[in-house]
Amino acid sequence: MFEIQNLHVNISEVDKKIIDGINLKINPGEVHAIMGPNGSGKSTLSYTLSGKDGYQVINGDIKLDDESILELEADERAAKGIFLAFQYPIEIPGVGNLSFMRTALNSQRKYNGNSELNPAEFLKVLKEKANNLNIDMEMLKRPLNVGFSGGEKKRNEILQMALLEPRFCVLDETDSGLDVDAMKQVSNGVNSLRSDNRSFLIITHYQRLLNYIKPDFVHIMAKGKIIKTAGPELAIEVEEHGYTHLLT
Amino acid sequence: MSEIKLEAKEGIDQDTVESVKLLGEKYKYGFSTDIDMDYAPKGLSEEIVKLISEKNSEPIWMLNWRLEAYRRWIKMSEPNWPMLRYKNIDYNEQYYYAKPKSLKKRPKSLSEVEPALLETYAKLGIPLKEQEFLAGVVGSKDGEDRKENNSPKVAVDAVFDSVSVGTTFKEELEKLGIIFCSISEAIRSHPDLVKKYIGTVVPRTDNYFATLNSAVFSDGSFVYIPEGVRCPMELSTYFRINAENTGQFERTLIIADKGSYVSYLEGCTAPMRDTNQLHAAVVELVVLDDANIKYSTVQNWYPGDENGKGGIYNFVTKRADCRGKNSKVMWTQIETGSAVTWKYPSCILRGENSQGEFYSVAIANNYQQADTGTKMIHLGKGTRSRIVSKGISAGKAQNTYRGLVNIHPKASNSRNFTQCDSLLIGNKCGAHTVPYIENKNNSSRTEHEATTSKIDDDQLFYCLQRGINEEDAVALIINGFCKDVLQALPMEFALEAQKLVAISLEGSVG
Ligand SMILES: Nc1ncnc2c1ncn2[C@@H]1O[C@H](COP(=O)(O)OP(=O)(O)OP(=O)(O)O)[C@@H](O)[C@H]1O
Ligand SMILES: [Mg+2]
Repeated sequence: MFEIQNLHVNISEVDKKIIDGINLKINPGEVHAIMGPNGSGKSTLSYTLSGKDGYQVINGDIKLDDESILELEADERAAKGIFLAFQYPIEIPGVGNLSFMRTALNSQRKYNGNSELNPAEFLKVLKEKANNLNIDMEMLKRPLNVGFSGGEKKRNEILQMALLEPRFCVLDETDSGLDVDAMKQVSNGVNSLRSDNRSFLIITHYQRLLNYIKPDFVHIMAKGKIIKTAGPELAIEVEEHGYTHLLT
Repeated sequence: MSEIKLEAKEGIDQDTVESVKLLGEKYKYGFSTDIDMDYAPKGLSEEIVKLISEKNSEPIWMLNWRLEAYRRWIKMSEPNWPMLRYKNIDYNEQYYYAKPKSLKKRPKSLSEVEPALLETYAKLGIPLKEQEFLAGVVGSKDGEDRKENNSPKVAVDAVFDSVSVGTTFKEELEKLGIIFCSISEAIRSHPDLVKKYIGTVVPRTDNYFATLNSAVFSDGSFVYIPEGVRCPMELSTYFRINAENTGQFERTLIIADKGSYVSYLEGCTAPMRDTNQLHAAVVELVVLDDANIKYSTVQNWYPGDENGKGGIYNFVTKRADCRGKNSKVMWTQIETGSAVTWKYPSCILRGENSQGEFYSVAIANNYQQADTGTKMIHLGKGTRSRIVSKGISAGKAQNTYRGLVNIHPKASNSRNFTQCDSLLIGNKCGAHTVPYIENKNNSSRTEHEATTSKIDDDQLFYCLQRGINEEDAVALIINGFCKDVLQALPMEFALEAQKLVAISLEGSVG
């Protein structure tokens, strides 16, 4: 179970409070969606959960299975199963996509006391998952995200998610910039990962994604707070009427 | 209030101190070997030059060659143009010759070899059979281990302080007419070749350190590849400075005759000592028509401790003379060690359509200083050169790229491409790029690109978020930064170099 309790977050660089008291409880197997206007703090929340430096928790707690993860470094949180699909995936020149993914997988396996996969074993696992997402080997041989199209970057994020098999997945606008077919592939990828012991927090601006990935709850976030929570019908309401009437 | 602040600051400093300390301990080759040494008396004089020549049983022409260099050297002064700061070197406080005593009479088996010497080889990662051979065991055959397990063959020449202690795979190479031996042996057994080429690429008058080397060089490697022969294995020299206060002055001469090919690798290590040690080497490459030399260096001399105490002063003159048409030279260097590095492997592109390439990774951490780069002198028509330099600075280190591209009026239709990237880790280090470009021919072109960047927090976080720890993440990003250069290394050494890059920067981030 993943729990956010009365969370307040400052961005240290500007000493500005961005998250202003958020409570959220996500049970295993559940899918939660967060919608909200630009600049309301959705990405800030995702960075805070995954432990990025500079996002200072000034109040409240984040718990995985009733244990606080605030003291854990980002890489430890990742190894414990917290995954973030980035809104803007980062390019790392000279680092092969394949070897990056193998390093990531083996680092997590090592942290959790499992044996590391050799290149052949790894390739077998990866090929299968890449096939499902319609990602060809050519893309895996290129440097990580360098020169990838927007859609390719997003699919590459989902591929990493499928490979690392996290327990708690945060998807930050993974649907933005995807064409219709890519959206279906990504949604299928996410749906095939849905299981009783894995939960999702999906940040999106568009109701359409939620037609493919059915959420259990939809939250509206504004100015660092969750101002409304309901079922999937809330996303349709937002699509039709926008946020203005909710904000007043 | 002020007290709390102070504490926080101390906390940070303590962290830095700890991580830097950790780094200091990471110098894997920093052991010294206790071996009974045979020294020449301290200091430099004509007598010492004579003694070195005599110890090597050299012919008289060689002695005279040295003496002329010595007489010239005493009138010269150290260059002061590099961006380097170091204590004055007292040339009379150095030993110029040291030789392990046990080499005098050949041992009959490994058990008779000074164990410390074997240990040194083992620590350097030299296979057992080759250790036996290098230690001069009577009747030992080299290289069998490697043949059996099918790993790539590498012929090794090891230079321990002042003397070469043995060369492996010699017989196999001899069948092809390849000569690979110590330079002292070459002076005795192939005097005509040595006489014809030595000092023709780097003249004795070239510069202060090269002239010093010409006077006192004690050993080094010699390679001759005959016409049309492709050397079937990597040739490799391990240099090691062991004795205290001993300068190392090795001299390497490689001749690639028409249409031949050779790939050569040198590796260097030295023990941790808190006094500075001097290393002034000269490397000369002669490349004839259609010949090709690949020269790779993994330089990991002791860099000094975290406070900048000790470490090797590395003053090296390396030059290739592409005399023949279509000849080609490729310098690749991974420079991670030494307190001070002064080194500009160069190419004289004399032959028509000759090519020179320079790939370099220079890492400076703590108090290390590196002033390194290359010179591409285009003299012939249609000559091409390519420079890829990656400088990484961390701690309080200073890293300077200094490159000269000179296109002579007669070098029509020539090309140069230079790419010069610097990466800074932390904010107390520096990177400097000093390109000199002179193009005196209208039909020729030069291109220069330079970038300076820092390790990007977002890249680092991306790696962490995937479960990769900070140290591995930094290594990953840096290896990515160096990729173009690491790829230029012979495969067998690329992995080792990659690890070395990671080790030499451990603890420098965070
Ligand atoms: N490093 C920073 N320095 C200053 N302000 C920041 C920083 N990071 C975020 N902010 C501010 O915090 C607020 C929340 O940003 P955040 O990226 O979390 O919004 P978001 O809800 O993800 O928006 P979008 O829908 O556009 O992606 C914005 O006003 C943004 O300008
Ligand atoms: Mg956002």
